[in-house]
Amino acid sequence: MKAGDRVRCSPGREGTEGVFIAERDGIAVVKLKSGYNIGVPASDIEFISSGEEMMMQPPSVTQNPDLPLFSIISTGGTIASRVDYRTGAVTSQSTAEEIIRAVPRLATLGRYRTRQPFITLSENIQPSMWMDLARSVYEEITNGARGIIVTHGTDTMAYSASALSFMLKTPVPVIFVGSQRSADRPSSDNVMNTLCSVAAADSDLGEVAVCMHATQSDDICAIHRATRVRKMHTSRRDAFQSIGIPPIATVSYPDLQVTPGPDAIRRASDEPSLADRLEERCSLISFHPGMSPAILEGYRGCRGVVITGTGLGHTSTELIGGIRELIEDGTTVIMTTQCLQGRVCDRVYDTGRDLMAAGVIGGEDMLPEIALVKLMWVLGQTDDQEEIKRMMQANLKGEINRRSVHGL
Amino acid sequence: MDYEALGLRAGIEIHQQLNTEEKLFCRCPTTLRNIEERNGEIQRYLRATVSEMGTIDRAAEEEMKQMRFFRYYTYDSTCLIEDDDEPPAPMNPEALRITLTIAKLLSMTPIRQVHTMRKMVIDGSNTTGFQRTALIAVEGAVGENCQIESICLEEEAAQRVTDATFSLDRLGIPLVEITTAPCMHTPEEVRDVAAYIGMILRSTGRVKRGLGTIRQDVNISIRDGARIEIKGVQELDLIPEVVSREVQRQVHLLAIRDELNDRGATVPEDGIDITDLFQATKSSILKKAQCIMGATLTGFAGMVGREIQPDRRLGSEMSDYAKKCGVGGIFHTDELPAYGVTEDEVAALRERCQAGPEDCVVIVSGSPDQASCAIRLVLKRARMACEGIPEETRKMLPEGSSAYMRPLPGAARMYPETDILPLEITSEMIDTIVLPELLSEKARRYADEFGIDEAVARQIAFSERFTLFEEAVSTGIKPSLVARTLFGTLRELSRDGVDCGGIPDSEILDLLKRVEDGSVAKEAMPDILRARAGGADLEGAVASVGPLFSVADLEEIVWRIVREREAFIRERGDAALGPVMGVVMKEVRGRIDGQIVADVLKRSIQKIL
Repeated sequence: MKAGDRVRCSPGREGTEGVFIAERDGIAVVKLKSGYNIGVPASDIEFISSGEEMMMQPPSVTQNPDLPLFSIISTGGTIASRVDYRTGAVTSQSTAEEIIRAVPRLATLGRYRTRQPFITLSENIQPSMWMDLARSVYEEITNGARGIIVTHGTDTMAYSASALSFMLKTPVPVIFVGSQRSADRPSSDNVMNTLCSVAAADSDLGEVAVCMHATQSDDICAIHRATRVRKMHTSRRDAFQSIGIPPIATVSYPDLQVTPGPDAIRRASDEPSLADRLEERCSLISFHPGMSPAILEGYRGCRGVVITGTGLGHTSTELIGGIRELIEDGTTVIMTTQCLQGRVCDRVYDTGRDLMAAGVIGGEDMLPEIALVKLMWVLGQTDDQEEIKRMMQANLKGEINRRSVHGL
Repeated sequence: MDYEALGLRAGIEIHQQLNTEEKLFCRCPTTLRNIEERNGEIQRYLRATVSEMGTIDRAAEEEMKQMRFFRYYTYDSTCLIEDDDEPPAPMNPEALRITLTIAKLLSMTPIRQVHTMRKMVIDGSNTTGFQRTALIAVEGAVGENCQIESICLEEEAAQRVTDATFSLDRLGIPLVEITTAPCMHTPEEVRDVAAYIGMILRSTGRVKRGLGTIRQDVNISIRDGARIEIKGVQELDLIPEVVSREVQRQVHLLAIRDELNDRGATVPEDGIDITDLFQATKSSILKKAQCIMGATLTGFAGMVGREIQPDRRLGSEMSDYAKKCGVGGIFHTDELPAYGVTEDEVAALRERCQAGPEDCVVIVSGSPDQASCAIRLVLKRARMACEGIPEETRKMLPEGSSAYMRPLPGAARMYPETDILPLEITSEMIDTIVLPELLSEKARRYADEFGIDEAVARQIAFSERFTLFEEAVSTGIKPSLVARTLFGTLRELSRDGVDCGGIPDSEILDLLKRVEDGSVAKEAMPDILRARAGGADLEGAVASVGPLFSVADLEEIVWRIVREREAFIRERGDAALGPVMGVVMKEVRGRIDGQIVADVLKRSIQKIL
């Protein structure tokens, strides 16, 4: 039996007709005429007839040639999710065209070229996909898009956005957008986020950024610098926050007014270029009390390791020997902090000084995940130890603040 | 009306809130709050989405015509799940158990594996844009002739504060929805079935009581008519009136259809802009309108203004449709000139719209978007009038008539709630349910066991205090005393404006025990309860009615009074008892049992005689 077939089942004494949806573990899920799904023993259902093909002719997307050209690069995630018949789960399978169809107002804002380098849940994204994505975006920029919108799952959106930030120089906005509530629900944040992302892509901005709800209400989207943004809540619409800096811009809804902050990088500040090599053999270790030095053995062979240490950037003294050995074997080790807020400083306590003496590089106020992505990129650009250290401690794309500004 | 000849078929849906500790899909309490206690507000937009069947539900689509903005009040007793900012928790097992108990009482068959669904509702009453609901059991029976189709467990919607503002305290309270087959054939039968199901629900002792905690939707159709769902009938006694008025409406609409068809009535595709006609009008509504649209309904004269229900005309139905576009209503030539529109203006209107005397012109006003949307919906409703009766969800109006809300929803509005795993209902879950005694059986038992009047027994069994009654009686307090206190004294006090609702059951039980053991006179109960309700604590309230008399004290007082009235007593003999009793009671009321006073007085009078 296949999804859509008409079947007969008997949840009570009398039989009733329904539509077969799926079968799992001996239980058949049947949709009754009332719309309710129920699970009945699969052996109790009786085939009546094949379901009619429910092929809906989707309305065609009309584009206004007088409007600016944007590129929507779709990679999956909740923003493009649908309910899957087979598993009953929300999965990503919409094309970029379907996104336009789902948000008709997009047609009043621009023309769209769409691409789909890959489609996957963001937890399954690999650094190699960042390279594909960066190449796609670069091509779209050089092909004249006024701005780029990348739809992306929210779990690892900050990793991908920062990866693109390091790999790309862009004169136009490259805006990552996602949603926290699946697109199938009437309350989804996908419509507002998508419209705001196009407004941001049309604006005077000129960098890679993330566009998501700024509050729990449908009133303002915040535009976050890709190298300072973090998902700070599992489920809220306003999960994304800029850490250590204010958002670089806001977009009001529904009037879509973009208000850039004073530190936003403006359109056409850079010539487009692409440096897409990454060293994937890098990892992130979160130190915790009681961590066994033996764990470090598993990281031998890594070209780079970022540690999220405690406080100002510490591990236990017990681990320092193992870290020193990693460094002597050629692994670059960067120290960041679990505090997320603030700067590491390994000059204050003995442990810190010992870590520095072992060759650990202080990651300033970089967010741990951003430091990891940056390390992959830096190691993809150079093998020179001094140059690696210099680049890791320099502010390349807004990932490091020279000053920890009062009030943030 | 001959309902049988008209082919009346009616069914009901009963929605009853359950009195659980926590909500259905989150861990918040199920208590309602005052809006002054709110601690925040969120603002959202909702829009209809495509269901798993690839279609947008027609009811949801209707609501989408007005893409609206909603505000929600939050409380310290609501959480991110009501905000639709966190996935739902698993279904509350307490609510499921109560639902299965009700299903068992109604002899229903539970569903083997329950799937929670999302029912699209984008009127703003759910932050998600859908109501979570699950079919729990099917096929039960009430009485001999009526079948129950299904029982569903769903989440209560948010309470509307004003037009587009909702309060989140009520959202998510568990609600059972019981749907009967269309097996009722008279208005009274509908009320009786509703009353019986209500009794079953209250028999569980686990449902919420009070205003708004139970709501009835009534489904009505007659032969050649259409299935109409009327929502929100809160009072049982109004049900027969609602049913009978809906039958009237359908009968009249069918007659209108026949007459329209005889006349060869037609409806145009669209309206025309007539804004300029009313530039100098005295009608304030039309004068300030940015845009006025009109349309001629050929052959409709007299039909639009014809009454189909008390205070409702075919024009009211058209007006309900037009209001969905945000306009205030419609004008039509069956009722004009009126409302500041003059005869000359009507003539000009008819001329512009090329309407003859047998035609009716309808006009709407508003912004250009509103007016063109509204006139199209008016024309849509006019076309339906030629075909018959549209299937609709309607809302009850105060007297029992009804107004259009939206088309009857189809199955396309349901899709799976993927954040909740399917739930097995095992035979063990069903077998371990101990069925509660039905309130009707309880009433019979009270009458038999305690020898109380049947009407009183019923009153006790159906009241919220029946558990207190049972507890009191089981400790040995006389049933008649308990009944009188709970259903006489407390009622009388509340009629006098004394609110005894805050007095805990335990204190009332304590007082009853004192009366039973003689340390408080039963006559003192009203005064003690009054003092307690006024803020005194229990001991203070007892003390406030004065110390109790001993029988010896009483005998002394009675003897004094009897001696003072010796002559009167000798003259009247036994008949003196009544008047003298009055004098004695004036002094001792509330401080000793009246029966004891009467006994002592009788003995004293005998002594003198």
